[in-house]
Amino acid sequence: MSSEGITSSEYIKHHLQNMTYGNHPEGGWMFAQTAEQAKEMGFWAFHVDSLGWSFGLAIVFFFLFRGVAKTATTGVPHGFQNFVEMIVDFVNDSVRGSFSGKNDIVAPLALTVFAWVFLMNLMDLIPVDWLPMAAGWIGATFFGADPHHVFFKVVPSTDPNVTFGMALGVFWLMLYYSVKVKGVDGFFKELAFQPFGKIGMPVNLVLELVSLISKPISLALRLFGNMYAGETIFILIAIMYSAGLATGLFGGVLQLGWAIFHILIITLQAFIFMTLTIVYLDMAHQDH
Amino acid sequence: MPALENEYLLISSLFSPWPEAPHRQPEQLTTYKLRGNNMNINATLIGQSIAFFVFVWFVMKYVWPPLIAALDERKKTIADGLAAAERGQHKQQLGEKAAEKHIKEAKAQASEIMNQAQKRAAEIVEEAKDNAKEEAGRVKTAAEAEIEQEVNRAKEALRQQVASIAMAGAAKVLKREVDEKAHSEIVDDMIAQI
Repeated sequence: MSSEGITSSEYIKHHLQNMTYGNHPEGGWMFAQTAEQAKEMGFWAFHVDSLGWSFGLAIVFFFLFRGVAKTATTGVPHGFQNFVEMIVDFVNDSVRGSFSGKNDIVAPLALTVFAWVFLMNLMDLIPVDWLPMAAGWIGATFFGADPHHVFFKVVPSTDPNVTFGMALGVFWLMLYYSVKVKGVDGFFKELAFQPFGKIGMPVNLVLELVSLISKPISLALRLFGNMYAGETIFILIAIMYSAGLATGLFGGVLQLGWAIFHILIITLQAFIFMTLTIVYLDMAHQDH
Repeated sequence: MPALENEYLLISSLFSPWPEAPHRQPEQLTTYKLRGNNMNINATLIGQSIAFFVFVWFVMKYVWPPLIAALDERKKTIADGLAAAERGQHKQQLGEKAAEKHIKEAKAQASEIMNQAQKRAAEIVEEAKDNAKEEAGRVKTAAEAEIEQEVNRAKEALRQQVASIAMAGAAKVLKREVDEKAHSEIVDDMIAQI
């Protein structure tokens, strides 16, 4: 939204603000017009853009893969089936390599996590102004909103709610299978009797609980941090376009370079998220 | 157009863990709110968690099994094909070896047969020679016998003729009829002497 009278900081702020629908203490259920309003809404608010994009991308992924799955032939694969099978095979190999237990949920889980995170990260490669501008135009044309107050963040993985939501999902699965495989007492023993034996139980509990809780947090924050930083750099580069021809050209080169480098990052982050999910669930399945 | 003012401040504030920096100017402090404002944790978290489980379940139910089944089946088909190919190759090698052996045997047999045939031919030739010699001897002997017979027969005929001539001569000489019966003994004697 680089129009007249907007400073760099406002531009950045605008880009980093989610479209929020929530219960405002004064206005009731509404879209937040400013960042302050979004903050005042507290917990009972939804980031419409994050949820919309992440659901939309998940649905795209689901139907693409479902389409192939329905018509999958055992003969020579062609075109898109080839691509899908490559990914499925890759995920399957990762699961076989890292997961020693026997659980039918892990491989589909890993595939979902990988494809979903990858697609969400992929949104980062779309030039930062396109979709927010389109959203602003739609908001102004059809809903009579002030385009400056239509916030639109297109990369769901730059929203900590999204990354924490997924990490928590993984965390619940970890807890569930820990208890299911080892029993409540077995899980407790794992937390309490290591690494210093029964005498060091309080210390053990503190250590193990910290390491347990740090797993989903690190999982979520790693993805969020990487994508947030990448997105911020794209936005900073985008500011250069409004600062004269030379700077703008230089910004273009920078954006191209960063985008190419970012292809590596988004794939790597999706892969790391998937691998850690598998590893954590493998740990949950290990009975000592 | 946003100017490029306070870029450094802006960038550093984005990643700064501290919300406030005491040495900065009040109008620049607006920037610092960036961090807090877009990190709201709210119900999006719950929505995303629910969506996560729903999608994992969908994938587990509708996407993963058919794909992995197709992959596994193809893997099996390929493995079977490769195994069959290997078996075929093995069989071919065995066949080649067997064929080689057969050829060697056949060659040996052929040469043996040839040897035998040559030997047999030589034998036949020998036999034929012997037979021919024998036959020739037999023919010769028969011919000799015949010749001798002919000679004897001729001698006999000649003797008879000579005897009759002698008898006629003697009759003429004696001018009278000789009693053939009375003198046949003498004549026979003469014939035997011829």
